Amino acid sequence: MNILVCISHVPDTTSKINFTDNDTKFDQNGVQYVINPNDEFGLTRSLWFKEQQGAVVHVVTVGGAECEPTLRKALAIGADEAIRVAIPATDGLVVAKALAQVVQQGHYDLVIAGRESLDYNGGMVPGMLAQLTGFAFVNTCIKLDIDGNQGVAVREIDGGKETIAVTLPLVIGGQKGLVEESDLRIPNMRGIMQARSKPLHVKEMSAAAATAQTISFEKPAPKEAVTLVDTVDELIDLLHKEAKVI
Amino acid sequence: MPVLVYAESDQGTIKKIAQELISYGRGIADQLGTTLTVAVMTDASAQNLAQYGAQNILNIEHEVLNTFSADTYAAAIAQAATSINADVVLVSSSANSRYLAPMIAVALDAAYVPNSTQLPVSTTPFRIKHSVYTNKAEAITEMTSPVKLIGLSKNAYGAHSFEGSVHTTNFTPELSTSKCRVTATDRATDKVTIADAEIVVSAGRGLKGPEHWHLIEDLANVLGAATACSKPVSDLGWRPHSEHVGQTGKPVASNLYIAIGISGAIQHLAGVNSSKVKVVINTDPEAPFFKAADYGIVGDAFDIVPQLIEKLKQFKALNA
Ligand SMILES: Cc1cc2nc3c(=O)[nH]c(=O)nc-3n(C[C@H](O)[C@H](O)[C@H](O)COP(=O)(O)OP(=O)(O)OC[C@H]3O[C@@H](n4cnc5c(N)ncnc54)[C@H](O)[C@@H]3O)c2cc1C
Ligand SMILES: Nc1ncnc2c1ncn2[C@@H]1O[C@H](COP(=O)(O)O)[C@@H](O)[C@H]1O
Repeated sequence: MNILVCISHVPDTTSKINFTDNDTKFDQNGVQYVINPNDEFGLTRSLWFKEQQGAVVHVVTVGGAECEPTLRKALAIGADEAIRVAIPATDGLVVAKALAQVVQQGHYDLVIAGRESLDYNGGMVPGMLAQLTGFAFVNTCIKLDIDGNQGVAVREIDGGKETIAVTLPLVIGGQKGLVEESDLRIPNMRGIMQARSKPLHVKEMSAAAATAQTISFEKPAPKEAVTLVDTVDELIDLLHKEAKVI
Repeated sequence: MPVLVYAESDQGTIKKIAQELISYGRGIADQLGTTLTVAVMTDASAQNLAQYGAQNILNIEHEVLNTFSADTYAAAIAQAATSINADVVLVSSSANSRYLAPMIAVALDAAYVPNSTQLPVSTTPFRIKHSVYTNKAEAITEMTSPVKLIGLSKNAYGAHSFEGSVHTTNFTPELSTSKCRVTATDRATDKVTIADAEIVVSAGRGLKGPEHWHLIEDLANVLGAATACSKPVSDLGWRPHSEHVGQTGKPVASNLYIAIGISGAIQHLAGVNSSKVKVVINTDPEAPFFKAADYGIVGDAFDIVPQLIEKLKQFKALNA
């Protein structure tokens, strides 16, 4: 089984979000970048497929050279090969179209992406990729087993979950549950050494024209201080008369 | 060039989240000087839809649509949009709509902007404001594709009332069966879900153990609220994973979010930031959640929550 894991290189949640150039660009200053958490769960699940079922795992990122440390980290954790598509990740559709080319060239059976990324948190890329490649698609996927070309996926739905039978090839939008937090791996020395000699292919491609372009950013006005009350009566009164939510 | 809204329904009734979306669609249609068509997959009462702003109804009929599947629903909505030459297509931010939308976008070769928070800031050029970076910022994005797909954040616009009549047309898409076959569904049907709830009552490690959750359930019952929890609480097995909210859990965009014994870590806040009114009950006046809250009580949950339940019962009895 050939697996492609889509990795988004994102600012860590605890990063301060600031903008520069007249609020038109994200301020990279002092920002710590990580593998998008949803992708980390998917990456670990793919490594279990590798260890238990002999799958081959490739990771891919669409973006500039600054994403390479994130790809090296994925290699150090255990992926076999990495691909960086050297075009700017301007909008979801552009990224998905680039990834679709990688998928078509690589003969993958399974594409694991994350439910959403932390930066644009649009949850766009996996569904777009599925539609572009004609693969089946399961979103908010919390469990996945594969036997031959048959998959059984569990999807989170409002108030519960559903089990889905599906035939490969398949794209999933994965999240926690694919594996648990305690299953996530940190690169060890041996992994880091091995990662240096694993292939990291840089693919040049012409990007599709972007049809959604961000013009500017705004930060929300600072929040007013909390109203502290001493009694439950005061709270109920405020929620009823001032906030009008009960 | 009308605006098309996909209005979700549940067992024949239009969902609340769709009522808001219809009003938003009418707002955009008015801005563009065009009309609003509402696509439904159920025999929804026409009057019911008109009252939120629908001008035309497109009743999508196909036996494949009797059960939800993202690929078939996406194909049906995309075909419906093409059939009326819609150039703006709107979906909600429900889990199902978020599942469908990227597929619709590709089918229509449309730019897609999710998490919109208000009417377009301008229509020529077409610019939309939407939240990004887990609600820590907003972006203004210009959409240049001929067809534009927008997802509206829950509770961002509100439902508005309109008067007028509607015209209903039937539409039968060409569909094959879904690539995904649902073999089992496991859902608590007697509970308000976090996604649908107007009020969410959530508790954290401050509650000390699962044996105390009757307090949270009782409070939720009085308010008709859904129950939720912080991540450690579900990791410890005190509550099911489906109740875990935050960055790695479910997003919450309710009108009222009550956080009891939750410290307010940034990863928790990332998922609940877009709730309108936040109330915090915590023993520690320095708990970070107070900085993100609208109302707060510094106090012990075991003392405050039982009082809150009693007083709310009295309040409900008086205001029923
Ligand atoms: C990558 C990553 C992702 C994460 N994702 C999430 C997520 O999605 N959701 C999430 O919730 N967390 C998430 N976390 C964890 C998060 O950082 C916090 O650890 C977690 O939210 C803390 O949960 P808590 O507030 O219940 O517990 P604690 O931090 O232990 O806080 C308990 C609170 O209860 C108060 N308290 C104690 N006793 C009482 C009492 N008797 N009455 C009232 N108050 C009392 C205390 O003062 C304290 O503020 C994530 C962490 C990481 C690293
Ligand atoms: N630039 C990118 N390169 C590779 N994969 C990506 C990229 N952006 C998004 N993805 C994948 O798509 C998922 C959802 O991202 P998004 O659509 O941005 O919310 C992520 O979790 C990744 O798996």
